Amino acid sequence: MNRPVPEPKANMGAAVPRRDARLKVTGQARYAADFAVAEPAHAVLITSSIARGEVTRLELDAAKAVPGVLEIFTHENIGEIAEEAFFGAGGTAANSLRPLAGPEVRYAGQIVAMAVADSLEAAREAAGKVEVVYRSETPTAGFDDPGAETKPVTEVDESHEDPRTGDAQQAYDSAAVTIDQRYTTPTQHHNPMELYSTTAVWEGDRLTIYEPSQWVWGLKHGVARQLGLDPAQVRAVSPYVGGAFGGKATVTPRTAIVALAARRLKRPVKLVVTRDQGFTTASYRAETRHRVRLGADRDGRLLSYMHEGWELTSRMDPYFNAGTDNTVHMYDAGTVWTRVNIVTADRNTPGFMRSPPEVPYMYALEAAMDELAVALRMDPVELRRRNDTMKSPISGARYTSRALMQCYDEAASAFGWAKRDPAPGAMRDGDWLVGWGCATASYPTQMSPATARIRLQPDGTARVQVAAHDLGTGAYTVIGQQAAESLGIAVDKVAVELGDSDLPPGPVAGGSVTTASVCSVVKLACERINRRLGGTGRRPPLDLKAAFEDFGQAVIEDYAEWSPPAIGPAGPRAMYKGGLKIVGGPMDDKLMFAFGAEFVEVRVHRRTREIRVPRITGAFAGGRIVNPRTAHSQYLGGLVWGIGSALHEATEIDRRAARYVNDDIAEYLIPVNADIGEVQIIMVPEEDAEVNPAGVKGIGELANVGTAAAIANAVYHATGIRVRELPIRLEKLLA
Amino acid sequence: MQPFAYTRAADPAMAVRAARDAGRRGEAVPFPGHAGAPGQFLGGGTTLLDLMKLDVMRPALLVDINGLGAGPAGRISAGPDGLRLGAMATMAETEAHEAVRRDYPVIAQALAQAASPQLRNMARLGGNVLQRTRCAYFRNTSWPCNKRRPGSGCAAIGGQNRQHAVLGTSEQCIASYPGDFANALLALDATVEVLGPQGARSLPMARLHRQPGERPDVETDLQPAEMITAFTVPAAPRTRRSLYLKIRDRDSYAFALASAAVVLDLADGRVRGSGIALGGVATIPWRAVHAEEVLLGRPLTERSAEEAAEAAFALAIPREHNAFKLDLGRQCLVRALLQAAELEVRG
Repeated sequence: MNRPVPEPKANMGAAVPRRDARLKVTGQARYAADFAVAEPAHAVLITSSIARGEVTRLELDAAKAVPGVLEIFTHENIGEIAEEAFFGAGGTAANSLRPLAGPEVRYAGQIVAMAVADSLEAAREAAGKVEVVYRSETPTAGFDDPGAETKPVTEVDESHEDPRTGDAQQAYDSAAVTIDQRYTTPTQHHNPMELYSTTAVWEGDRLTIYEPSQWVWGLKHGVARQLGLDPAQVRAVSPYVGGAFGGKATVTPRTAIVALAARRLKRPVKLVVTRDQGFTTASYRAETRHRVRLGADRDGRLLSYMHEGWELTSRMDPYFNAGTDNTVHMYDAGTVWTRVNIVTADRNTPGFMRSPPEVPYMYALEAAMDELAVALRMDPVELRRRNDTMKSPISGARYTSRALMQCYDEAASAFGWAKRDPAPGAMRDGDWLVGWGCATASYPTQMSPATARIRLQPDGTARVQVAAHDLGTGAYTVIGQQAAESLGIAVDKVAVELGDSDLPPGPVAGGSVTTASVCSVVKLACERINRRLGGTGRRPPLDLKAAFEDFGQAVIEDYAEWSPPAIGPAGPRAMYKGGLKIVGGPMDDKLMFAFGAEFVEVRVHRRTREIRVPRITGAFAGGRIVNPRTAHSQYLGGLVWGIGSALHEATEIDRRAARYVNDDIAEYLIPVNADIGEVQIIMVPEEDAEVNPAGVKGIGELANVGTAAAIANAVYHATGIRVRELPIRLEKLLA
Repeated sequence: MQPFAYTRAADPAMAVRAARDAGRRGEAVPFPGHAGAPGQFLGGGTTLLDLMKLDVMRPALLVDINGLGAGPAGRISAGPDGLRLGAMATMAETEAHEAVRRDYPVIAQALAQAASPQLRNMARLGGNVLQRTRCAYFRNTSWPCNKRRPGSGCAAIGGQNRQHAVLGTSEQCIASYPGDFANALLALDATVEVLGPQGARSLPMARLHRQPGERPDVETDLQPAEMITAFTVPAAPRTRRSLYLKIRDRDSYAFALASAAVVLDLADGRVRGSGIALGGVATIPWRAVHAEEVLLGRPLTERSAEEAAEAAFALAIPREHNAFKLDLGRQCLVRALLQAAELEVRG
C-alpha cells in the first residue's frame, strides 16, 4: 500500500524519512539479542505452573545429565539478589518480589529456575527435563473469585486524592436525564514483535546488559542495586527496540538472574524469553471495571459526572492507574465524584501499557457519553460541543490549549457524519448492518527532565547524545530534526546516539514524554552552542566556518539539562541516580492535554454477526508536530491498536488456576492487515508555547484512546445492542 | 524440545519403511495412534515442529518427505473422472490451481481462508488434514489432557473453552478440529489414499478422523508409519455449486469459530443432493448428515436452510464459553446454503 507523505501544515516540521528505516528493512539495525558476544551460554527459563504456593522439590538430575548443560539455577543456588523497590514506589522493578528469592510462588508463570547450556538446544532440552514439585494453594484469579480484596486507592496511597467537586449525588438525583452503567476492560499483553531478552557480559567487575529497554538508566541503577554494585560498574545497551508499549520500561526479574548466572559461569549468558513466558515474566495491562453515572439537563449540559473504577493488581504491589485524574477535566461537568479501588489477587503486578490510564477510563466515559446522547436524542458530537470547556471543573485551572472541537469538526466533515441516520439499525448495506460512532481521544502532555550532549564541527556536522529511546516511534529522526533546526544545519549532517546508559541520561520512554522532553533539552544545548559561536540562542551564526575561526577550536561541545518547572533542577540530578519523574497533564494552575476526535464505521453481518471496520477517521491536535510523517505513523498505529483493543485483544485466564491460557500470538488476537480498511488521519495545526520549550505535546499514546468507545458506539448504532464489556466479540451480538 | 533423529526419504516406500523401523528401534510405542508413533513424517512441519517445540510431540525420528513433492505425490490432476490431489502438493499451489478453482471452488476457498500465505506456502495437503487441535490445554504440557496423556483428565471442560467443540465431544475431550481443507474434502465425498507397512489402501474421508470417545489420543484411522499419499474427489456436476464460508474473530489468520463447506446439487429448484461439512464446531471434520436429509427433495429457501441448520446442531452440547457456537454455527450454515443456492453455475 502506498501512502502519500503527509504535507506539513502550520507549526509542523518537515516530513523527513525515518533515519533508521533502511537499517531496519535490511536487517542491519542491531537489536539487543543481535549483539555478537564471545561464546555466549544460552539460557531457558522454567516458570511456575501454579499461581500460589511453593516449590517443594526440584528434580534436576535428568536436566543436568543433558550434554552441554552448564548449570540449572534455582532459588537454592542463584545467590543474593537484593530487593529493588516496585516502580510505583520509587524503584525500577516490575514487581517487588525478589527474583528467585525462595520457594514461594506468588503468581503463575513466575521464574522458578533457569537452565544454562553451551547451546540453545541443550538448554531447551534441559529445561524440559526439570521437574518441579509444588505445594499448591487455591489461587484468586480476579475480580469475582473468592479471596479478592478490594481497597480504595486512598487507603493504600496517601498521596492519592480522588478528584471531586460539589454534591454530585444530589445533582445526579435531580438531573432530568441520567445514565448509570458499568463497563469492563480485559487483561491485555503488550506482545511487542521483538521478544524480551537479556544478554549479560562481565569484563572483570563491569557488567554490560544488552536488553530491549525503554529506560536504560533505570535498568543500570536497578540492576546495580539488586546486585550490590556501584552503578558505574553497570552499562545498559539498547539502541533499537522492536516495540515495547510499556512492557520494557521496568526491571523485570530475569535480568538479575541472567547477570548472576554470567558471573558464576564466567562467560556471557544470553536469554531470549519465549512468547508464552513473555506473558508472565514481564508486564501487562490488568482488567478494569467501571461504574459511570452521568446526569444532564434536557439541553445536554452535564450536571453530574460520577465515575468509580476497580483495577486488578497483585498481592505484592498496589499498582493503579486512576484515569479519573484525567477524565474529570474532559467536560464541563457541574459536579464530579470519583473513587478508584484496587482489587488484589494472586497475579503478577501489572504495569504500564500504551496509554495506561486513558485507555480504560476514557473508554468508559466516552461509551457513557454516547449513551447519554442517545437518551437525550442528541447528536453525540453536539453533546461534546455543549460540554466543551477551557478550564477544569475541579480546580478551575485553564487549558494551555485545547482543540477538541476543531478536531471533531474536521473529522466529522471528512467522515461525512452529517449523512448519519441516528436510529440504530437504520443504515444497511445488503446483509450488513452499518453503524457510525465517535469518541474523544485525549492524552496528558507530560514531560520529564532530560540531559543531552551535543558536538558541532565547522563543516556543519553534529552529534547528539542522549540516553533516550527509539521504540520504533521515530525518536532518532525527530531528535535529529530538532538539532538540525536549532543549529541551522542539514538534517542528514546530524548523528544521533540513543539507547545507551553511557550517554547523558534521558527520560523513560513512557508517558509519551520523549519528543517533548528531549527536543526541549536538545534545543537548549543547541542554543548554548549558538551563543558560544556568536549567534543568539534562537539564531545560529550566519557563517559557521567564520564563527569557528573566531571560536578558535575545531569542535564545540556542550551539554544541557532541562527540567519542567514543576520539577526544577533537582530533576536532572535525580536522573543520574536512576530516578524517574514525570509531570504534566493536570497541574495546579494549568491543564496540558492533546486531543483528538475519532469516527468509525462498523459493519455487522445480519446473521453471523462478525464485526468489521471498513473505515476510521481521526483528527488530532498535538502542539508542534516535529515530523508529520512519523507523527502520522504514530496516529495510524494508535488507531489500529484501538481497533484491536475494541474487537480482538484479551488475555484469557483459567479462573481455577489463575493462569493465562491463550499465551501465544495465534490465539491472542491483534488485527491483521485484512482487518484494517481505510484509515484517515487529519493533523489539526495547534500552537502551544506554554507546555515546554519545544512546544510539543506527546502523541504516541493519543490515537489509541477512545477508539474502543467509538467502535462500541458504532456497534450500538448498527445493531441496537450496547456491549459494555471489551472486547466486542461476535457472540455478544448473537441473539 | 527433545533430541530426535532425522532422515530423508527418496520415495514413499522408503519413507514408510523408515517410519516403521523407528517404532521397532525404540521402546514400546507410547500410544497406539498415528500421532503418538515414534516415527513421524515431516512435510511443511507447520504443526509438527510447533508441537515438538512445545514438547507436546516427542518423536524419536523425523522422516523428511519433502523430496517426494517432486514426484507423483506432489501432483494435482483433474480429469473427467474427478480430481486427484497429491498429498505433497502445498496448500498454496492447490488453491491457485485453475481446475480446482473452477470446478471445486469449495476446496480453493477453504484453502485460501486457512492460516496465512506463509504457512500455505509451506504446508502440504496430507499434513494439513492431520493438523492437531489448537486446544490451549493440549498445547501446554503442564495441564492435564486426555489427548496428550490419556487418563490425566480434561482441563478444557470447566476451563476456557470458547474455541472448543459442541459436536462430537465426549466427557474425555472437547477439543475442536481446527482445519478448513478437510471439511471441503468431506463435503465432496473424497477418498484418502494411504501407504503403510502393509501396503496401499484407501478409505473414505469420512472415516479418516475419529471422534474422541474414550480415546481422544487416537485421532485418526491411520496406523503408525502410514502415510497419506493422495486425495481423490469424484467428478460430479454439483461440485461447481460449492463454497466455503468461514466465520472468525478477524478477517485473516484465525481459526474458524464456525465454518461450513457446502456442495449443492439443485435440479428444478429442488435439492437433489448435498454435501455439508462443518468446521470450528466439532471434534473432527463434521459431516452434517441430518441437515442433508432435511434438504433432500425440497426447494432451498430460508426456511428449509434454517431447518437444516437446526437439524445439524440438534445434538450439540454447549460448554461454559462456547454456547454461542450453536447459534453461530446455524447462522453460518444458513448463510452458506443460501449463498450456494444463488451461485451462477455454468455448464
